[in-house]
Amino acid sequence: MANVLVFAEQHDGHVKPVTLEILGKLAGQTADVVVFGDVSAEQIALLAKNGAQNVHKLKGTNLDKYSPEGYANALAEFIKSKNYDYVFGGATSVGKDLLPRLATKFNAGLASDVVNFVFEGGNFAGTRPLFAGKCLAKVEVTGPKPHFVSIRPNALGMTANPTAGAGTASDVNANAGEIRAAIKEIIKAASTKVDLTEANIIVTGGRAMKNADNFKILNEMADVIGATVGASRAAVDSGFAPHSMQVGQTGKTVAPALYIACGVSGAIQHLAGMRTSKVIVAINSDPDAPIFTKADYGIVGDLFQIVPIMTQEFKKLLGK
Amino acid sequence: MDFALSTEQREIQELALKFARNEMIPHAQEFDEKGTFPKDIFKKAWELGLVNTCIPSEYGGTGFTSVDGVVISEALAYGCMGMNTSFMANDLALLPIVIGGSDEQKKKFLTPFTESFKIASFCLTEPGNGSDAGGIKTSFKDGGDHWIINGEKMWITNAGYADLFVVYGTIGTNLKHKGISALIVDPKSEGVVLGKKEDKMGHRSSDTRGVRFNNVKVPKENMLGKAGEGWAIAMATLDHSRPLVASSALGGAQRALDLSIQYAKERIQFGVPIAKHQAVQFMIAEMGMKVEAARLLVHKAAWMCDQGQRNTEIASYAKAFASDSCMQITTDAVQIYGGYGYSKEYPVEKLMRDAKLIQIYEGTSQIQRLVMARELLK
Amino acid sequence: MNIFVCVKQVPDTETKIVPTGDGSFIETSSIKWIMNPYDEFAVEQALLVKASNAAANVTVVRVGSVKDTEALRTAMAMGADDAVLVEAADNLDSFSIAKALKGAIDKTGKKPDLILAGKQAIDDDALQVPQILAEMLNLPSVSVIVGFELSGSTAKVKREIEGGALEVYEVNTPCILACNKGLNTPRYASLPGIMKAKKKPMAQYSLSDVGVSDADRRVKYSQFRLPPEKPPGKKFDATDAAKQAEVVAQVIGLLRTEAKVL
Repeated sequence: MANVLVFAEQHDGHVKPVTLEILGKLAGQTADVVVFGDVSAEQIALLAKNGAQNVHKLKGTNLDKYSPEGYANALAEFIKSKNYDYVFGGATSVGKDLLPRLATKFNAGLASDVVNFVFEGGNFAGTRPLFAGKCLAKVEVTGPKPHFVSIRPNALGMTANPTAGAGTASDVNANAGEIRAAIKEIIKAASTKVDLTEANIIVTGGRAMKNADNFKILNEMADVIGATVGASRAAVDSGFAPHSMQVGQTGKTVAPALYIACGVSGAIQHLAGMRTSKVIVAINSDPDAPIFTKADYGIVGDLFQIVPIMTQEFKKLLGK
Repeated sequence: MDFALSTEQREIQELALKFARNEMIPHAQEFDEKGTFPKDIFKKAWELGLVNTCIPSEYGGTGFTSVDGVVISEALAYGCMGMNTSFMANDLALLPIVIGGSDEQKKKFLTPFTESFKIASFCLTEPGNGSDAGGIKTSFKDGGDHWIINGEKMWITNAGYADLFVVYGTIGTNLKHKGISALIVDPKSEGVVLGKKEDKMGHRSSDTRGVRFNNVKVPKENMLGKAGEGWAIAMATLDHSRPLVASSALGGAQRALDLSIQYAKERIQFGVPIAKHQAVQFMIAEMGMKVEAARLLVHKAAWMCDQGQRNTEIASYAKAFASDSCMQITTDAVQIYGGYGYSKEYPVEKLMRDAKLIQIYEGTSQIQRLVMARELLK
Repeated sequence: MNIFVCVKQVPDTETKIVPTGDGSFIETSSIKWIMNPYDEFAVEQALLVKASNAAANVTVVRVGSVKDTEALRTAMAMGADDAVLVEAADNLDSFSIAKALKGAIDKTGKKPDLILAGKQAIDDDALQVPQILAEMLNLPSVSVIVGFELSGSTAKVKREIEGGALEVYEVNTPCILACNKGLNTPRYASLPGIMKAKKKPMAQYSLSDVGVSDADRRVKYSQFRLPPEKPPGKKFDATDAAKQAEVVAQVIGLLRTEAKVL
């Protein structure tokens, strides 16, 4: 049984889901949580429900905002006062930046962006993708302890029936130490949509959209899941969308993680533009539409009914 | 015998291919359709050192070998054969100066091409004399301290944009080959009249025109070598330029092959990718075989130039084989794409249209065979 | 001003990746190696700083095998002044690489004012080396930068975080910055640049020369294997209005739990 510390981040008063995923998977080990600032009773209960024995809240000057050195100094001091075998964190923006520096303070190693793991007799053994996901490998950490691990968000998934922990919360005085690189301001993301060629999620409308106005329902879905809207050549040729939105042989070539094709038949010209999408969802009323041969998930039905239902379901899933 | 490119040549090839993919391919279709001259792309290529590869280092050039030159040209042709015709025309025009020019002429006319972006045209063909280049009629009359040019040239690449012309004419048609001479001409000279841009089957981004010379005065010091030495300079030039043009066909053929392989793996007919059908496999096998053979001929022809060996025979083999193969390969590429290949929506029909010209210019495939036979039967 | 750029040579993105028979690594014999794409932004930024700092010197450093020194040569062809190669296998872990980079920088005898690197290498996507190096050199660092301004010895940089928001940091040199796409447009290596690069100095060291050994490994990889085949597509019938909500919920659930794209 290993002694594990999980570094948690909060966003808008909610602990990031990856923390809960990690805790759930750590059943069988002793898991504490460390977090900067205050945590609501409700969130502490949530952490306890997923397995946290202790929730240590680090507080101190200059720790209200993230800084690589401040957080690393404070956490290092805390970790040194305890006896952890492992320190886990989410491979989030903060995690990816912070954990390597923190681990090095202990002359220790970090297995980063891990997508699955087990403990073999108190020893961590993880799985991670390499070469842009073209292969998988087993990953282990050696050398001085504690060993550090960062977990890719959404890779583990939530444990259905987690083993609860005591969830004892306590405040800890922390020192940020010298901070040489500090955040001066935060610029919110521009509301302009990501370009099709860079988009991580794309929703495309085909000829079955019937007219330009109907693209409204795709825009609504796109807003919820943070997608960019595209169009097939048939839709563009029919005047439903401008050429700049066209995906395909004579349009743009895209490579999103998720591609949702609504009323797109899947002609070869279209496939040429999106076939390297990681996951393809197709909605079409024609069960024989060629797009279904390429789709990972195909829904046979009327897109005008299905799309709004999907939008609502996405809203529920993403808590919007 | 080392068939491999040197590390440096591979870096050069990498750069040229990167340029072809990032700068040329995205515009090739549009420029072909609209007949747009690729001036900005040409300039960018010049800035990176990818054009005018024939200029020796003593005159400000990068100091490339002929092999380096064909490696670059193949990569640029992979991007677009039409644009590459424009780029190559610089070398075709400057080579006579490199081969037959005096040190002064090289300094005066080659070096400026290394200092700022300039475009050149090579003027040999006439409306009435193509393959029969020896019978050109453009006259060079001795005007005392200058030459006077009268005549008409046809199918001149870059004519509408050139900063320099190299013009072949004759001091007397009765002298036949011994009258042919070469002059360096300023396109802005009085009496130079550009024809309208020709509307061509392929290489449509390349600017091709007729050029009329009406009593154009050219300084005596602009003659390459002596009067009557033009034919020898032209023939020597071909030994360098034919491998270069062949490499353009090679680049186009390689592109057609790559596109065919990609499509054959994607297109499903009769339940399987068409790459599983032997008829398609055999076409692709032929393409691969011909591309490899063409490359070996092109490289050997260029290598012989660098060794200072006379390469007329191999240069002809390279030019004829590469261009004839390119025609077959691009035609087969359209065939593999089927109906889609016939549409301008897909890139292969342009390759087929572009391939045809390379069988014609720089010595037709028929003229090449005459050269080969002559060499073999000497 | 001494600018160092850390570059890595990685397999080209089009390369087919094949695990070795014993799963210890991947087959490297037919791999096409390129400069890690994110490192190109780092090299370009170093050259931009050099352009406005006449006395600046740009040294490119790489830890990896010597078979082809493409990344270093390309960087010098783009305009870097000199290079340092620490010869090592291509499967070192981040800790060892960072330690070797530190050793290489120390060997040059030049005190770094600015160290630039790509935010991640596309072979192991570890995103660790710049931060580890910063800690080892006791320097401040900012990673994933998409904006950079230097006045005197103060750098104002924009760091990209989740959701596309930007954190604006101020940090004094010496510091380490890990670059992201969008920071600049990397220049082509010109052909004259490629020729000039041949004459630029490149120092070469072994791992032991820079104080790194097997004992410095902190992360071990094994059991390299291809990912499982994508399962055949699933088709759901949602023509019946009564079933639509259920089907949609099912598919979206699968997108989260099975496909893991949400």
